[in-house]
Amino acid sequence: MAEGRVVGIDLGTTNSLVAYMENGAPVVIPGADGSNLVPSVVALDPMPADGGRPTVTVGNSARKALIETPERVIYSVKRLMGRGLEEVQKELKLFPFRLADDVEAGEVPRVQLGDMRFTPPEISAYVLRQLKKNAERFFGAPVTQAVITVPAYFNDAQRQATKDAGRMAGLDVLRLVNEPTAAALAYGLDRAREGMIAVYDLGGGTFDISILKLRDGIFEVQSTNGDTHLGGDDIDNLLLAIALDEIHSEHGVDLRTHPGAVQALRKAAIDAKIRLSTESSANFDIELPNGDRYQREIPRDVFEMLIEPVLDRTVGPCKQALADAGVIPEQIDEVVLVGGSTRIPAVRALVDVLFQLSARGKKPHIELNPDEVVALGAAVQADILAGASAATEEMLLLDVTPLSLGIEALGGVVAKIIQRNSTIPASATEHFTTGVDGQTNVAIHVVQGERELATDCRSLARFDLKGIPPMPAGLPRIEVKFLIDADGILQVSAREQRSGKAAEIEVKPTYGLTDEQVESMILDSFDHAEEDFARRLLIEARNEAETILSKVDQARENPAWAQLTGEEQAAIGAARDRLASAKLGEDLHAIREATIGLDQSTRRLAELMMDAAVTEAIRGKTMEAAGEELGDNISAPHPMAAAEFK
Amino acid sequence: MLKAVESAVPVACWSCSVAQNASALFCSQCSKIQPPPTGEYFSVFGLEPRLNLDLPALESEFHRLSRKLHPDRFARAADNEKDWSLANTALLNDAYRTLKDPIRRTEYLLKLHGAEIGEEHSGKDRRDPSRVPPDLLEEVFDLNMQLEEMRMGRKMGEVDEQLEKDLAQAKKKFDGLLEEVDRALRAQWQAWDEGNESARQSAQAAMVALLDRRRYLNNLVRDVTETLGA
Repeated sequence: MAEGRVVGIDLGTTNSLVAYMENGAPVVIPGADGSNLVPSVVALDPMPADGGRPTVTVGNSARKALIETPERVIYSVKRLMGRGLEEVQKELKLFPFRLADDVEAGEVPRVQLGDMRFTPPEISAYVLRQLKKNAERFFGAPVTQAVITVPAYFNDAQRQATKDAGRMAGLDVLRLVNEPTAAALAYGLDRAREGMIAVYDLGGGTFDISILKLRDGIFEVQSTNGDTHLGGDDIDNLLLAIALDEIHSEHGVDLRTHPGAVQALRKAAIDAKIRLSTESSANFDIELPNGDRYQREIPRDVFEMLIEPVLDRTVGPCKQALADAGVIPEQIDEVVLVGGSTRIPAVRALVDVLFQLSARGKKPHIELNPDEVVALGAAVQADILAGASAATEEMLLLDVTPLSLGIEALGGVVAKIIQRNSTIPASATEHFTTGVDGQTNVAIHVVQGERELATDCRSLARFDLKGIPPMPAGLPRIEVKFLIDADGILQVSAREQRSGKAAEIEVKPTYGLTDEQVESMILDSFDHAEEDFARRLLIEARNEAETILSKVDQARENPAWAQLTGEEQAAIGAARDRLASAKLGEDLHAIREATIGLDQSTRRLAELMMDAAVTEAIRGKTMEAAGEELGDNISAPHPMAAAEFK
Repeated sequence: MLKAVESAVPVACWSCSVAQNASALFCSQCSKIQPPPTGEYFSVFGLEPRLNLDLPALESEFHRLSRKLHPDRFARAADNEKDWSLANTALLNDAYRTLKDPIRRTEYLLKLHGAEIGEEHSGKDRRDPSRVPPDLLEEVFDLNMQLEEMRMGRKMGEVDEQLEKDLAQAKKKFDGLLEEVDRALRAQWQAWDEGNESARQSAQAAMVALLDRRRYLNNLVRDVTETLGA
């Protein structure tokens, strides 16, 4: 394909993934560490001694820094995307976000990381760059075009912020796709289904519900609803708050003043939550700074009582979405569960009652990994946009705008011009005039939301129509066209009808970066940007070669080595030397070839080692110790194949 | 009478210069997407403006056109074709949203024919007493009293079960009146679609009055639903 691949990206609150379509099926692209999930965690490494710019790490390695240097790490930044200073104040109580103190009202808040400051889109751009890098490493070719998913209930500013992040990461964002819709695409691919589908998506930080009608390959969203501040994070915070309070009252230690300890406790809370999905009880067992231990058992029924208020918050949006789609629960043919939080049995029970599933002999769809399904769907949409494959030729997604668009009219009331759940792209044309003789400007305040008063809705932007020819009041007739595009983002154009002139519009987004700011952030990131692409691939290939070489050298000490024939040993030796010399050169292709060669010649050796390890394990050693000995994950079929980067 | 299809001014295809109907979304010769047409919503679907519509056929045509027009099909096209795909799909969606709904369709078509229909702007003049249909004056007065009482009670944390029952009963009644209006509206469709000029005139006048009554009832039911659900 001349134009390169289009990848699908799930930019999640907790984890992010990149996927693509391979032979008609979506596949998640693993990172260099072999893991499909890249934690959406960004850490600023300590300032280099030589005074250069500090580097940024993303994902698992950044997560490790959370406990040691929490002041240089940020996670869950998706909660801050597209939001104003006053809106994020609430979040600050629950998350260790440190905002730069010099931000003025109306500016995009910036997060303090060590001694640097970043806007939320810049942080997200680091996560996106990591995913882009993972894809490029996987394909061995540049990746410049992507589809990125967003919560269906994201408003205009949150969508724009996500697009800005893509641009900063060097990605041409071909489409923003709503997460629940993406999940429906991933499920709809394997079987040609007809009927009404409900997608219940409870992720790390957001909740979405979408009702879709599927017919002839067309996925027509009927309605969507949700809460962009509801998810697994809220459950973690509940557990965390209880633990912090109990530690304070029982042990007299206020951990809130120890950011690193809070992070350790948060991790324990998350682990407990996860265990409670499969076990009837879970334990906290934490060593406190004063040497005491905090031990606490949480039975599942207590946990379920605790989280009930959080889960109940998903009921209202579900009922509203059903009503807006004009259906009753019994008319829903299939329910798809998305997001890690839907692993919680209490969530499944709630969904079962809401949609009358077991009462009708039905089960929700959980066949696809709930952490991966959104990324898989994004890959399907990427394939549709690339227009390159027969698998998606007949598929088309028709999504809706989650919130009504309105303009502030006289007296602060909202005149709705595009209703929520309208299929996008959607447009509305309104006419404006002047109220005073000779008036040359007209201001329009555009809001999003369902409430009657503009102050209760979310301000989207103020448009200033300028250069209106001076005329008596009421005579100019300015036609303004509001268009919500396929990404759910508003575009506005205006024309003075008497003069026929396109009116000049100045847009002041209420929340968000201007084009100039985004451009300068792109330039800024290029300053300390990555090396040239070819150079980076070469370095990565060398690292990979280095890893396999050292593992082969270690393996020669293993008893399994003696079990090989002389020929096999010689073949491995030759392949090893070829890679060692290729690694010194500049030829990426030669290094890759030699790596694969060595990998293949050691296949039997690896199997022998694996057998030995399993035998050891059965004989009494733990599987874990056996895995340790292999230097890698015991479940990997070929322990030498997976490259590790340290 | 609107006859968009026949009366359209021919324009030349931007790509192959073959003359096109101004309501064409695609060139009849080279199949390239065309700049947004100027016609009304019915012509987007190649339909005569009528109130009785075959809805399943409308949906099929909506899907067929979406497959060809949608921005997803133009993700890698030239900028002008991308823009036209966006504008044309917005037009298609606006048209489908309006035509598939019987009330919106009726309002739209009557407006095209010069009827004055009140704007559905929330808040504005919802409680203006001069807009109350005369036959409902007394009941609406009572209902508004009850709603006010209910809201006050809620604020004080009181639950008046009798009041709730009364309101639910009233809602049921107004729901029934709404259904009556809808039936009466539909009854006028055929007269409008098939009748001669004078039959059409009187059908139009009847429908404008019914739509006003409907909007009023609708707001009322919404108020009751909101108050009961709060």
